[in-house]
Amino acid sequence: MNTITNRQAICDILLEKAKKDKDIIVVCSDSRGSASLTPFAQTFPEQFVEVGIAEQNLVGISAGLAACGKKVFAASPACFLTTRSYEQAKVDIAYSHTNVTLIGISGGVSYGALGMTHHSCQDFAAMSALTGMRVYIPSDRFQTQKLIAALLEDKEPAYVRISRSATEDVYNESMEFKLNKATVLGEGKDVLLVACGEMVPYAKKAMEELNQKGISTGLIDMYCLKPYDAETLLQQAKDVKLVVTIEEHAPQGGLGSMSAHVLSKYCPKRLVTLSLPDEHLISGTNKEIFEYYGLDTKGIVQAVKKALCII
Amino acid sequence: MDKLTRKSYELRRDIIEMIYKSKAGHIGGDLSVIDILTVLYYDVMNICPENFTDDNRDRFLLSKGHCADALFVVLGDQGFFDKQEAIDTFSQYKSKFIGHPNTEVNGIEINSGSLGHGLSVGVGMALAAKMDKKTYRTYVVLGDGEMAEGSNYEAMMAAHQYQLDNLCATIDFNNLQISGTIDEVMSSVSIAEKFASFGWNVIEVEDGNSCKQLLKAYQEAKQCKGKPSVVIAHTVKGKGVSFMENQKAWHHGVMNQEQYKQAVQELEEVLS
Ligand SMILES: Cc1ncc(C[n+]2csc(CCOP(=O)(O)OP(=O)(O)O)c2C)c(N)n1
Repeated sequence: MNTITNRQAICDILLEKAKKDKDIIVVCSDSRGSASLTPFAQTFPEQFVEVGIAEQNLVGISAGLAACGKKVFAASPACFLTTRSYEQAKVDIAYSHTNVTLIGISGGVSYGALGMTHHSCQDFAAMSALTGMRVYIPSDRFQTQKLIAALLEDKEPAYVRISRSATEDVYNESMEFKLNKATVLGEGKDVLLVACGEMVPYAKKAMEELNQKGISTGLIDMYCLKPYDAETLLQQAKDVKLVVTIEEHAPQGGLGSMSAHVLSKYCPKRLVTLSLPDEHLISGTNKEIFEYYGLDTKGIVQAVKKALCII
Repeated sequence: MDKLTRKSYELRRDIIEMIYKSKAGHIGGDLSVIDILTVLYYDVMNICPENFTDDNRDRFLLSKGHCADALFVVLGDQGFFDKQEAIDTFSQYKSKFIGHPNTEVNGIEINSGSLGHGLSVGVGMALAAKMDKKTYRTYVVLGDGEMAEGSNYEAMMAAHQYQLDNLCATIDFNNLQISGTIDEVMSSVSIAEKFASFGWNVIEVEDGNSCKQLLKAYQEAKQCKGKPSVVIAHTVKGKGVSFMENQKAWHHGVMNQEQYKQAVQELEEVLS
């Protein structure tokens, strides 16, 4: 079982790249520990900026650094980063096309019992709504590293959401990665699952279980929520009876909404959108919350069977 | 030992139990703020379970909401709910006693947990009192690290603009936040001068873990007319448990059994 978190994976690749690239700057808001970026701050103190508990300042300063040629990675809890500093993200980053990657750590319900202030269940919707902002939700550590490496190659704004705990491996070192191209993890004739982030390992297991039960099921890892990879979705959805989206997010404005938008326009299909509900969530660890709201392997399998009237 | 001090140490014991059981919570900040909460709830404020629906009750906001653990223990002890239930279920599956103040819990005025909100909300509450010619006072407790949030300074301006002498802020000035000392992370030097320059009445408390000194400060604040008051309480993070004091690692550290026993023993010694 993998124990390396996606945040550690990000720190590792930034450490490696920063050796040769003095323009890489990491900015934190009393969040270096929770972002696993303390090794970066210690190794490259001159490429690290601490702004204190001030998320608006975090994003504004990042934009200013980027406007002067720096390649900036600003890391703060997804909940604060995407709501407290929303206007800075809109104006200083997205609208101004500054070379900033916003890294939302402990995304979704990672903080479990810390409650609604600490959940980020609106970040897909909020960040995708900004013209000029790209939104990525990598699943495992390998995909996370490839994504960060790819983002270092371009100069456009992006938001990356990762979770707190280690995600089970979906890929391996030699995985193929293409920016803005979703990964097809399996093809099926009856059902297509579309998942992102923390939900991908659960969806992968659900796919395997459904296939064993004779329900031919495929899976897309739609890590690129924006720009959404409509081409891959339409290819895979063409012949199935049912599409099921799975996301660690509120029902509105995220993976389900975006998939519905594409399908209803080009390929109307029966669609089930699994997500967290639009209500105050129960208290518990992230795994307890997933289970309670049916966002785990069992929940996905059940939802598919119910939609196909098998139970 | 005076009654308030005794109470604050009894409450420390409850906090230690709650945090040990749940393996969650923010022990360092709890132990630095508990004397402030004790003095406010057991003496200064007119808030109790019986008057909590009374429009003229004082208002209390814990802006440094991550120390909900300490507040739950105080509210439970005051009879807002069963204290033992809070201790036993804190941060557990389906519990309403989550890691931050929330209005599902009796005695909480407003949800918090994201830093830098409380002072603005407090300004609104104090302003409403002025509008309705009510005599209640509004108390807001903030962290020193929290003072990096710019919203606080917007609230400070507004409180002065509207001459909110019914508003009293407290800064739990323990010199630490998560990543290190305040000076290492984002210096808040001359916080007293900052408040003063915004037109506030500033009261510094040399030992912010001394109930006696805090009580005096709050009494002084009540007397001040025409402007808001701030009590700058120089506290010790982790106060009362020797190995936690002034250690950044205890911001949200989790105790092992040995540490738990030692913590309880140290508190018992003070109480006996
Ligand atoms: C807006 C916001 N940003 C970040 C956090 C995460 N956080 C929780 S506690 C804390 C440190 C608080 O330090 P301080 O205000 O000094 O409190 P104390 O030391 O008394 O615990 C941080 C950064 C938060 N809760 N809210």
